[in-house]
Amino acid sequence: MNTWGTRRRRRSTIVGVGLAVASLTTLAACGGSSDSASGEGDPEAFSFLINSENTNIPPVLESLAADQCSAENDALPLEIETIPQTQLDQQLQLLAGQDALPVSFAAGNTPELVKTLDEAGQLLDFDETLTDLGVIDDISPAAISTIETLYGGFNVLPYQYNIEGFWYNTELFDELGIAVPTTWDEMVDAAEQLDAAGVQPFSASGEQGWPLTRLVSGYLFRELGPDALQAVADGDAALTDPEYVGGAQAVADLGEQGWFGQGLGSIDYDTAVNTFMSGDAGMLYMGSWVLSNFSDEDLNKIGNDSIGYFPFPDVEGGAGSAEQTPANVGLPMTFSAKQYNSEVGDWLTCISENWGAAALEVQDMVSGFTVNSDVELDPLTREVSDQVAAADSSVLWFEALFGAQATNVGQTNAASFVSGNTSAEDFMSTVQSALDSE
Amino acid sequence: MERVLGDRKAVLVLLGPAMLVYTLVMMIPVLVSLGYSLFDGNAITGFSYVGVDNLTRLWGDEQVHQSLVFTIKYALVLTTTQVALGYGLALLYVFVLKRASSLIRTLLFFPIVLPTVAVALMFQKFFEIAPNTGPVNEMLLALGSEPMDFFGSGMSAFWVIILMDLWRSAGFYAVLLYTGLVDIPEDVMESARMEGASTFQMIRHIIIPLSMPVLLSSLIFSINGTLKVFDSIVALTNGGPGTETAPLTLYMFRTSFSYGDYGYGASIALLLTILSLLFTIFVFRSARRDVTEA
Repeated sequence: MNTWGTRRRRRSTIVGVGLAVASLTTLAACGGSSDSASGEGDPEAFSFLINSENTNIPPVLESLAADQCSAENDALPLEIETIPQTQLDQQLQLLAGQDALPVSFAAGNTPELVKTLDEAGQLLDFDETLTDLGVIDDISPAAISTIETLYGGFNVLPYQYNIEGFWYNTELFDELGIAVPTTWDEMVDAAEQLDAAGVQPFSASGEQGWPLTRLVSGYLFRELGPDALQAVADGDAALTDPEYVGGAQAVADLGEQGWFGQGLGSIDYDTAVNTFMSGDAGMLYMGSWVLSNFSDEDLNKIGNDSIGYFPFPDVEGGAGSAEQTPANVGLPMTFSAKQYNSEVGDWLTCISENWGAAALEVQDMVSGFTVNSDVELDPLTREVSDQVAAADSSVLWFEALFGAQATNVGQTNAASFVSGNTSAEDFMSTVQSALDSE
Repeated sequence: MERVLGDRKAVLVLLGPAMLVYTLVMMIPVLVSLGYSLFDGNAITGFSYVGVDNLTRLWGDEQVHQSLVFTIKYALVLTTTQVALGYGLALLYVFVLKRASSLIRTLLFFPIVLPTVAVALMFQKFFEIAPNTGPVNEMLLALGSEPMDFFGSGMSAFWVIILMDLWRSAGFYAVLLYTGLVDIPEDVMESARMEGASTFQMIRHIIIPLSMPVLLSSLIFSINGTLKVFDSIVALTNGGPGTETAPLTLYMFRTSFSYGDYGYGASIALLLTILSLLFTIFVFRSARRDVTEA
């Protein structure tokens, strides 16, 4: 009997332990990380994670993979994965926490996140790597300087080098006898004339928010000078100061007239650009990356010949000037330090040597890479390219010096205050509170 | 059977693996999350101990106040409406449609099996004002009214969310409550009818008391589900306009994963847990009192 009891106990123990091990094995299989995620620098593909809104960069990379970089692509095939821009930051944080970032990726919505990733050793040092690869001269020094100012080091690539300003429908302006605005008041007059003619004066994406907050920063840079937002970031001024609220109020006044159209908060990026390209809106504030949208003949109903550019106008009596052009490298793209190996290095070399020309050819996109072959440019792209070359000094954008929380709060509340649901004062106070809590 | 269940070792072998899995996948993350609320930082930067700073920060955070009020308002309105509508439908199935109710039940249950994002996109299109005018605004225009930006103000966006979630879930609660109603013994109903009880009296004194257990389960299901709402709101309004329709869950998610502040995010999660617990206890207690009265 004892023997039977002992056997039974043993069998129970074996079953129990067996089940526990099985459970643990299952859990380990569910939660474990594979070797490819451990950052050993042995990627199976040239994985590239980018925000789905960016339709400029993937076609250039695909074109390189098929043409100039086909050998590199055979060794390490390009695999593009997209994610909505609003979910990019959390995805990067989760992947970085597990050392599982892809080979290359969009480096986040805020310079602060780029700096955090860099400090954690996740980003490739391009100064050192490109020098080692012998292609550092393929990047324009002005672009490197802009990157170092914004991101604290040469840790992202200037796939785009953008200036921002207003794009306007030249045909409509000519038809209505509107002169190209050089001051804010002239722009308001132009909007009034367009509105009176039954044309929506401005097109903007309230869903994205940033096209609206950049109008606020543009106004503040022109009125208070190019250091207006640096003073806020340094704590020497607050967004709730009357002169700052005044900047937001000037933009809210445009919204109050209904000049951004109906349902501003629901308008996404593509809709905003398409509204302008279909001739339904007179002006669009956007970066020069929009040139690639303009080059799509199916969507651009008004045609490139009917599109002109003017910089953010002066505010009369203000301390800034229209020559201080908002410039940036778009949503920056970078490489993982953990996934880097010689095959990735080959890709990087090929990209550095060919990106400048390919970006112009494939997407009419001005980049911070040198153009190593002759490319024929359409007049509008040429104008922007010249403007980039001629820009004496640059300014940043509304959230450039803010952290993730203030950036998110600013962008999600922008449509509300421009639509008149909240006041300009409340908007600035909400963003300032977010800044204070960072 | 009794001998097996009386044997502690047998019980341990039978329950052990399930308890182990439950502990690993539920209890440990809950405790880890609780622990996070005492730290500052994230997976990239590492963590530093801050004591109860995150918990005290909850009191002064206006966004927490706004999200808390929205969450409670949403939970109370949706729980009341979806359980009431579900109960009404269940009564309709049992006492009016009777055997013919299966088709209606299936049709009304159908929305719950649809993906939330698809339903949210459909409602976005229904209530759209730009770039295209949705059917609801087309209707307003046909009636001679001005079209309305339903997602442009917090109040109208709130009611669109409620309407969408009600459409999605009422059929589910109707089926849940229907199972409780069909269990009421026919002879009790029959004798009440013979005693001359009116329909209202039958509902008041027989149907409600006898279906109280399933009604109570529905309320607890509903209150906990609505307090933790996330996907439908993210897909429909993403908390907008501004943050006017952002529940605690969305603020918690943004704080942890967008702002990289795991500790404060865990503190918001703790607040939500306490809230769910309080509501559940409240529902249990009030229901116990009602049953005694009945």
